[in-house]
Amino acid sequence: MTADQDWLTSVSDSGTLVLAASGGWTLAAATPLTAMLNGVQPKSDRTTRVRLDLSRLDALDTVGALLMRQFRDRMTAEGLAVMIVNVRPEHIALIEAVWRAADSERVVPPKRRPIMDAIENAGRGSLRALSDSVELISYFGLVITTMVRVLIHPKRLRFTALIYHMDHTGLRCLPILGLLSFLIGVVLAYQGAEQLRRLAAEIYVVNLLALSILREIGILITAIIVAGRSGSAFTAQIGTMKVNQEIDAMRTIGLDPIEMLVVPRILALMLVMPLLTFFANMIALLGGATMSYILLDINFYQFVNQMRIPIDFWDATVAMIKAPVFALVIGMVGCYEGLLVSGSAESVGLRTTKSVVESIFLVIVLNAFFSVVFQIIHI
Amino acid sequence: MTTPTPDTVMRIRGLVTRFGGHLVHDGVDLDVYRGEVLGVVGASGSGKSVLLKAVVGLVHPSAGRIEVLGHDIGALSEARRIALQARYGVLFQDGALFSSLTVGQNVAVPLVEHTDLSPAMIEEVARVKIAMVGLPADAALKYPSQLSGGMRKRAGLARALALDPEILLLDEPTAGLDPIGAAAFDQLIGSLKHGLGLTVFMVTHDIDSLAAICDRIAVLNGRKLLVGTLTSLQQQPDRWIRDYFGGPRGRAALRTGA
Repeated sequence: MTADQDWLTSVSDSGTLVLAASGGWTLAAATPLTAMLNGVQPKSDRTTRVRLDLSRLDALDTVGALLMRQFRDRMTAEGLAVMIVNVRPEHIALIEAVWRAADSERVVPPKRRPIMDAIENAGRGSLRALSDSVELISYFGLVITTMVRVLIHPKRLRFTALIYHMDHTGLRCLPILGLLSFLIGVVLAYQGAEQLRRLAAEIYVVNLLALSILREIGILITAIIVAGRSGSAFTAQIGTMKVNQEIDAMRTIGLDPIEMLVVPRILALMLVMPLLTFFANMIALLGGATMSYILLDINFYQFVNQMRIPIDFWDATVAMIKAPVFALVIGMVGCYEGLLVSGSAESVGLRTTKSVVESIFLVIVLNAFFSVVFQIIHI
Repeated sequence: MTTPTPDTVMRIRGLVTRFGGHLVHDGVDLDVYRGEVLGVVGASGSGKSVLLKAVVGLVHPSAGRIEVLGHDIGALSEARRIALQARYGVLFQDGALFSSLTVGQNVAVPLVEHTDLSPAMIEEVARVKIAMVGLPADAALKYPSQLSGGMRKRAGLARALALDPEILLLDEPTAGLDPIGAAAFDQLIGSLKHGLGLTVFMVTHDIDSLAAICDRIAVLNGRKLLVGTLTSLQQQPDRWIRDYFGGPRGRAALRTGA
């Protein structure tokens, strides 16, 4: 099957083009063989028949048989009668199988219509968004009514599950949340100190830190970490259960998956989130205080004393008002995306990504909304 | 089908595989002859799929050697091993098609990667392979998620056959198919083997497939391997083998198959 080998020799006698195939007509030789076959032309106008002799053919595979077929079709199209002779018995079955398969129709992909497709996609997208939001709202209603029912009949509450999720979303979140909050506090103090020192107003770093952390930064960093850590876990857990048909099994046994899976998760998150927020606020302030001490020589006593000036009751508590709302949103989205997982493992990954993106998006939008509302009602 | 001096395409000697402390195979010897269909059976967890993965080179044995087409796959360089891999096709359970590509593109992947064929020729070869495994022509444009389980297996088979391999390895090709689909798949393997001169190494649970198309059967039992034909294995004193072939399903399959 080397390149210098002949695959085809042609002898012409009157009216018949005689070709002898030799060597291996295989995938490895396909390119030179194709060139050679394409080079075959009837010697004169008097040629009416082509005889392809396979007696010296050593090896044949599907590609060789396909090339043979293409050659025959080309010759036939030029008005020549093609005969294939001296076919070895072991090649007959192969040639038959390939030629039968070669008769299958050619399908061409539908032509792309860029403008029409864009319009169509926009339409489909809008309709899908509409039905998605209707579904999300009805899911929201379902979860709220189930939650109310569970709270009225506390016996229905899965207490073990609730504690389990509080442990996983709350307690185990503390190390990472603490580290990140501390670092955020450090960074804020550092940037503030640089600017305020120029005005000889270093002490106002404390005001800056206290207000921004307690009102916005602490809760945001908590919500983002919880969305990435627990929201995604909810989607993946419930999604995997969906793939394993555990949800279907629950329904057939008469268990309500919303009550069993969704309510404990959301409740756990709503209970734990204010605590996490408080923890994040304190640690971020600690980070800020540490940095203030190092950079500006403001000791902890001064820090706390100065902090009491700009902070009123509401500054210290708005984050605690936002926390359960954000927890509800993160838990809802996480569980909802999990329930939307369809049969395949692939969709678990897809939905998990979607759940994180959506919940962080909603948290930031809601946070902006809260800021405006709090501004209007002066708290 | 048996020739006087069978040509060995695959030779396994003293194969030992272990995962951590768990010993899967302990000294497995096996020869696979050119042109035969070898069925590998064994209880769940007996290491059938691990044996297939070891042959393909996805699992590294702890001891022993595996020769495929005369090459010791443990001793080959990376480049030589890849070249050798083009000479065998593998059909995984449920097809293992690339989900982001259409069936036609899936079949074209090995051709694009390993050959210098023109794009038009690749498309043509892919079309022929898809037709050869009995898929309708329009399946080429579909994505794996749009196909039924049986069609996915056929598409996986078309991809395994893309490079005209000499050896075809199948991992439970009929699992999860209905009896009609399973019988049709058996028939397809039989006709492809006949047409393309394939050697088939088939891991299976399906006793009907064994009876219908396998020339020889290897039984993995208690980390060892026992090879024979259907009738010779029925005479084995081993309890598990007797239960396997002598149970109600085994007897029914043998009645119709033999």
